[in-house]
Amino acid sequence: MTDWFHPSLLFIFGAAGIPFLSGKVRQGYLMVIPLLAVACVYSMTPGTYWTTTFLGTELTFGAADKLSIVFGWVFTIMSFIGIVYALHVEDRGQHVAAFLYVGGSIGVTFAGDFFTLFIFWELMAFASVYLVFARRVKASIDAGYRYILVHLFGGVCLLGGIVLHYMSTKSIGVGPLDQDGSLGFYLILVGVLFNAAVPPFHAWLTDAYPEGTVTGSVFMSAFTTKTAVYVLVRVFPGTELLVWMGTIMALYGVVYAVLENDSRRLLAYHIISQVGYMVAGVGIGTDLSLNGSVSHAFAHIFYKGLLFMGAGAVIMMTGRSKLTELGGVYRTMPLTLVLYMIGGFAISAFPLFSGFVTKSMVVSGAAHDHRPLVALLLTMASAGTFLHTGLKLPYYMFFGKDSGLEAKEPPTNMLIAMGMAAFLCIGIGVLPGPLYALLPFPVDYHPYTGDHVTSALGILLFTGLGFFMLLKKLDPEPTISIDTDWVYRKGSRVFMWLAKVPVAGTDTVVGDIYKTIICRFTLSFSQFLARVFDLRGIDGMVNGVAAFFIELAGNLRGTASGLVRNYAATMLVGGVVILGYYLFAHLMSL
Amino acid sequence: MIRRIVLYVGDPANSKTLKKLGYLSLVLVFVADFFVHRDHAIYIWDKIPGWGAFYGFVSCALIILVSKFLGHQGGIMQDEDYYND
Repeated sequence: MTDWFHPSLLFIFGAAGIPFLSGKVRQGYLMVIPLLAVACVYSMTPGTYWTTTFLGTELTFGAADKLSIVFGWVFTIMSFIGIVYALHVEDRGQHVAAFLYVGGSIGVTFAGDFFTLFIFWELMAFASVYLVFARRVKASIDAGYRYILVHLFGGVCLLGGIVLHYMSTKSIGVGPLDQDGSLGFYLILVGVLFNAAVPPFHAWLTDAYPEGTVTGSVFMSAFTTKTAVYVLVRVFPGTELLVWMGTIMALYGVVYAVLENDSRRLLAYHIISQVGYMVAGVGIGTDLSLNGSVSHAFAHIFYKGLLFMGAGAVIMMTGRSKLTELGGVYRTMPLTLVLYMIGGFAISAFPLFSGFVTKSMVVSGAAHDHRPLVALLLTMASAGTFLHTGLKLPYYMFFGKDSGLEAKEPPTNMLIAMGMAAFLCIGIGVLPGPLYALLPFPVDYHPYTGDHVTSALGILLFTGLGFFMLLKKLDPEPTISIDTDWVYRKGSRVFMWLAKVPVAGTDTVVGDIYKTIICRFTLSFSQFLARVFDLRGIDGMVNGVAAFFIELAGNLRGTASGLVRNYAATMLVGGVVILGYYLFAHLMSL
Repeated sequence: MIRRIVLYVGDPANSKTLKKLGYLSLVLVFVADFFVHRDHAIYIWDKIPGWGAFYGFVSCALIILVSKFLGHQGGIMQDEDYYND
């Protein structure tokens, strides 16, 4: 108990205190809890803690090894940055939801068994959806409902897989699964792929994240997909299918980002692209590529948080999110621009920024594992990343044609939070050593070699050249993009049509048949019963019994004459008969 | 200081200077690629100087053209009220 403390408890029970506090006290409280959680992770040593037996199964809340501790670090640090960004928010529900969400995420990270993992997994879904609802516009409410329904479906897949896995192996511990191609294996995989936003299970992300609150989406960009990446690294290392899913995913996000007009939706598509690297790294499954996935998730959380904070600041200060309606705000928001660009350089993997020292591990992992095509395609996706996040989005959001918007820099707490994330983006890039030391496998990788730096710069700068040459092609268009959410957004209409026309129609026909045939038959049968059986049978019997007793009573009435001598004579006769009977009986028994 | 740099970059009057700087950095990076050691090269293209520049440019053009083609011709891009009828 004393040598380990679960950081989730700080968040989950800490959330209960938020509604009772206000003003500076609440702001201080909101910052202290994540800092205590960071301290928890700092003091952690690998081991198994907090096990309990529940219904004959051993549950483990504290399975701490290098892999879970490195995710513990990034989740707790990001929760601090995210909450500083949200300090000005008065809606306490959002803070409570964010705390529960972080608590769920960390709970999954330290869960030693699938049952505990599942409970925290669902907590994440239910807490995070409030961050979408809390924007309180119709588009957000709708997107929130779609978000929770998709996550519930994914959760059911996961639970079903866990049950099948338990039935076949009698084991519930979280660890690499046997790749036996069983239904349980695939159900768990699909459940996790939903949360990792791997196409075609990804559309909830690009649907809901741009509709969340400005501060809520910062949390969402950091936790759900990266928790799923953690589970993939833990449970599915070396699953061949993931190599290709991840590679396709990295390019998929890039293609959609070209077409996207909404700033945060563009960034959301780049989450999918970046998580693609992590998923591919898990699939390759070598020490180098798994280290790459973990370190890239670590770096990704900070730069993607920073990008969402930057785009969120512009949305908050201008009230607009579409690139076609933005432009020219660099004059009034220069600090936001510079901080955003640091995130942009980090995600694009510029040397001296965090993406450079982490993303290249995955690409090298693919190259060393003799997968040239994967390495080439992932490199191509990184050109696309710079193209959109580092060039297109800032160009049309901050520069481009002047939209005449009068914006200001966001509140100080938001700038400080962005500054902290920017500091980490550069810090990890310049000094990757401390991060490498945290990784689950020993690191023998040197990102800063001459050819790596020049070829990375070549790719990025010539992507920039291509951008400016094809600038006219890239002008944002006021459209939305059809994605796999079409299946349930338009498909639900097919379902409703099915419900309305054939199903409801059949129901009406069946109802008519019922009314005309069954009802009529029942009515006439009951009338028969009423007339014949009830009237003649039951009533007749009752009446007959009554008439018999009336007649009997009438006959008896004649004997009641009221004369004492008649009664005395009757009693005398009765007495003689009884005495005679006993006498006779006695004589017979002699 | 940051403010001044940002305003300088955004001012259309300086676009010529910035363009020149951009071209200079392209040339520098391209030339530098000929002078680095390639001990870690695994594949043939890793050994070609200027490969990164070429591949970056081709990737960029390919991504833009293919995506826009899919968006317009493949029916991915739709009106904003597509789902609100």
